[in-house]
Amino acid sequence: MKKFALVGNPNCGKTTLFNNLTGSTAHTGNWPGVTVDRREGEYKKCPEPVTIVDLPGIYSLSPYTPEEVVSRNFILDEKPDCIINIIDATNLERNLYLSTQILEIDVPIIIALNMIDEVKKSGDTIDADVLEKKIGVPVVAISALKGEGTTELMDRAYEIAEQKRDGFTVLEQSKLSHLINDVAIALKGQNIENPLFHAVKLVESDELEVAAHEPLLGMIDNFKSTFEDDIFGVDFEALIADGRYKYISKNYSTALTRNNKTDKSKLTKSDKIDRVLTHRIWGIPMFLLILFTIFHLVFSENFLFIGAALGKDWVSLPGTAFEGVFGAGGINSPGAILQGLMEVLMNWITEGVAGLLVNAPAWVTGLLCDGILGGLSAVLSFIPQILLLLMLFSILEDTGYMARVAFILDRILRRFGLSGRAFMPMIMGFGCSVPAMINTRTLADENERVTTVRVIPFFSCGAKLPILTAISGGIVMSFGVGNADIITYSMYVVGIVTAILTVILMKTTTMKGEAAPFIMELPNYRLPQFKSLMLLMWDKAKHFIQKAFTIILASTIVIWFVSHFSFDWKFLQDAEMNNSILAGFGKLVQPLFTPLGFGSQLNEWGWVFIVSAITGLIAKENVVATFGTLAACIGASVVGGGADGVAETALMIQASGITIPALIAFIAFNMTTIPCMAAVATARAEMPNKKKFKWTLVFWICTSYIVATIIYLVGSWWWTIFIVLAVVAMVIAGIILYNSKKKLFNFKFKKKKSKQSDK
Amino acid sequence: MQKKLSEFKIGERGIILKVEGEGKVRRRLFDMGVTPGAEVLMRKKAPLGDPIEINIRSYELTLRKVEASCITLEVIE
Repeated sequence: MKKFALVGNPNCGKTTLFNNLTGSTAHTGNWPGVTVDRREGEYKKCPEPVTIVDLPGIYSLSPYTPEEVVSRNFILDEKPDCIINIIDATNLERNLYLSTQILEIDVPIIIALNMIDEVKKSGDTIDADVLEKKIGVPVVAISALKGEGTTELMDRAYEIAEQKRDGFTVLEQSKLSHLINDVAIALKGQNIENPLFHAVKLVESDELEVAAHEPLLGMIDNFKSTFEDDIFGVDFEALIADGRYKYISKNYSTALTRNNKTDKSKLTKSDKIDRVLTHRIWGIPMFLLILFTIFHLVFSENFLFIGAALGKDWVSLPGTAFEGVFGAGGINSPGAILQGLMEVLMNWITEGVAGLLVNAPAWVTGLLCDGILGGLSAVLSFIPQILLLLMLFSILEDTGYMARVAFILDRILRRFGLSGRAFMPMIMGFGCSVPAMINTRTLADENERVTTVRVIPFFSCGAKLPILTAISGGIVMSFGVGNADIITYSMYVVGIVTAILTVILMKTTTMKGEAAPFIMELPNYRLPQFKSLMLLMWDKAKHFIQKAFTIILASTIVIWFVSHFSFDWKFLQDAEMNNSILAGFGKLVQPLFTPLGFGSQLNEWGWVFIVSAITGLIAKENVVATFGTLAACIGASVVGGGADGVAETALMIQASGITIPALIAFIAFNMTTIPCMAAVATARAEMPNKKKFKWTLVFWICTSYIVATIIYLVGSWWWTIFIVLAVVAMVIAGIILYNSKKKLFNFKFKKKKSKQSDK
Repeated sequence: MQKKLSEFKIGERGIILKVEGEGKVRRRLFDMGVTPGAEVLMRKKAPLGDPIEINIRSYELTLRKVEASCITLEVIE
């Protein structure tokens, strides 16, 4: 089957064209080794079906981002039969810059002049025929959005895919042409494919080329030494970039006729929107308002705060299957309603299965209903909210607002060595870590991505909130001190502070390096597209369900098994869980948690906290659920036990003799440790470097252990704060000392090297 | 008059004379169309004063002041 590749700048309508051509046949995977989306689909209207590969949006073929490297390697190594270079006609010059590089490769090329309708609307005209004559490859004007011109595009692409094309460079007429030709001929003599492309890149001293063609470097330096330009000297990089742009404005831009009537100083629609959204004073408040609205839409249980205005409770539907789905007191937000409906559905399935299994042995019912279905529904019931959150953030991305957010917030994040882009995924973490980690793909720098993924769980997600409310409620109930809301709020702050501190720590140790450069296009505002959004949702839903049924399912079965069987393989009822393998394990590792306050100092029921935390590794909603089950096996009947788990927690507090600082430490431990299986699976998928993923797990465990220990120690004996501060000071001093030593060493090393080269 | 892009006031225009800076940053600037001879319009600053937004080759580009200080321009009066 023939393979066509779609290449173009970001925001040029590539995804729209791809969706348009391939429809439902598209499927997404990752490129081997990197987390750059690899999307492939089939186009069926040519004489034979054609595979369309959607390469990531890039500005150039230089190795600046992983996307650029992936695209370049794909074109050179996998040799597509034809390249469809899609160009945003409203921004001809910069888009053609990439084309001038692709033209140097020996591959058939067709140019799709997209958004031609927008150009017409502005009163300008672009003559596709003139452009075609100038460039020497077919140019077809299309509108990917409306589906205009795509059939002609594909027919002509199919036609030229049969033919061979030799690379051509626009630098042919520049002063560099001799030099490039000499190198190209030399490369051709060595039977290197795409000699022209490699020749230009070698003259530019492109990193990848220099590494790949080491034996040729001497020869190229010889060629280069004969060259000198009076303006640029021997700055080949500048010469070539300049040469490309000069050629474009001289030759290609003649195809564009600007409408002189349109007033240049008049503000475009984008400018007008930008005046509000990136306003010097209102920019940040507007952003906070948008953020609040999104979270409100997805998670709120008091939608638009209209519950109180209704006066009477219309929506809680007590006694029906939908009790509480649409709200209890307040009105639920769309996200909360969807989650409620999903829960109703899962309960209905569970009950149905339980009904079928009336006569089955107790352990079969237990495994199927509590273990498998219970575990699955804990995870699956979050899918609607995750998808809704992901969709709203994709809308922000598609409209072009996300780039503005990075613009507004870059200053703040740069202090911590991150770029403005890193803010979005972190804030999404308050909703759910899974879409937040997926969102880190928008970060260009690998180190920045890993750092961000690691701290996302510290932004306490929706599923961790029940732990906070149950325990803070339990504290108030048992000790009669404090205010549950203030405790909950402070825990969120603890999470954020932990995130900031660990980012600084990573940036000064393992993730060193300057903040990645911030040179980014601010695309024009556009309306998001329903079809693209739906395809994205479908794709993510598939991914997530796949994970739910593999890694998450497997781990829930294991946890269920070890919590419902004793060491002598006897099945245990919920109330007998204190004899289970898991309880045994909890008691075994209990001493490890002594510094955190819920270890050996507690009495015989102390292990319940450890077991709850372990089940929380699967999904954080398990923690409070386990409280419920374990409270039942403590024995005493729970008085007034509600769904919030406060009464159960109070019972466990009394039975175990745990202190307040230890309880706070317990919350902190759950907040900062390994989040849930879904997040772990996502982190693994988002980190192609498996070593970094393993260290991420270690990082989560260590951070939670240290944070909880500090909270417990300082909370129990205030003077230990001095010990903590002393240790922190020592660590800081250690890092500074280590870094300065390393610098000194590097400096010496460089000096030595330069001396050697002087000889 | 010559000055660095980082010193430009909002609304000022200039023609790029030279682009300096560390290898990767410079490469990126070139790729984004920031080459000698291109005309630049300083559009605005972010709420906290940095980064800045410029118009170049009829599109909007944002970059930090650090990177902008690598670019020298001739101011158009």
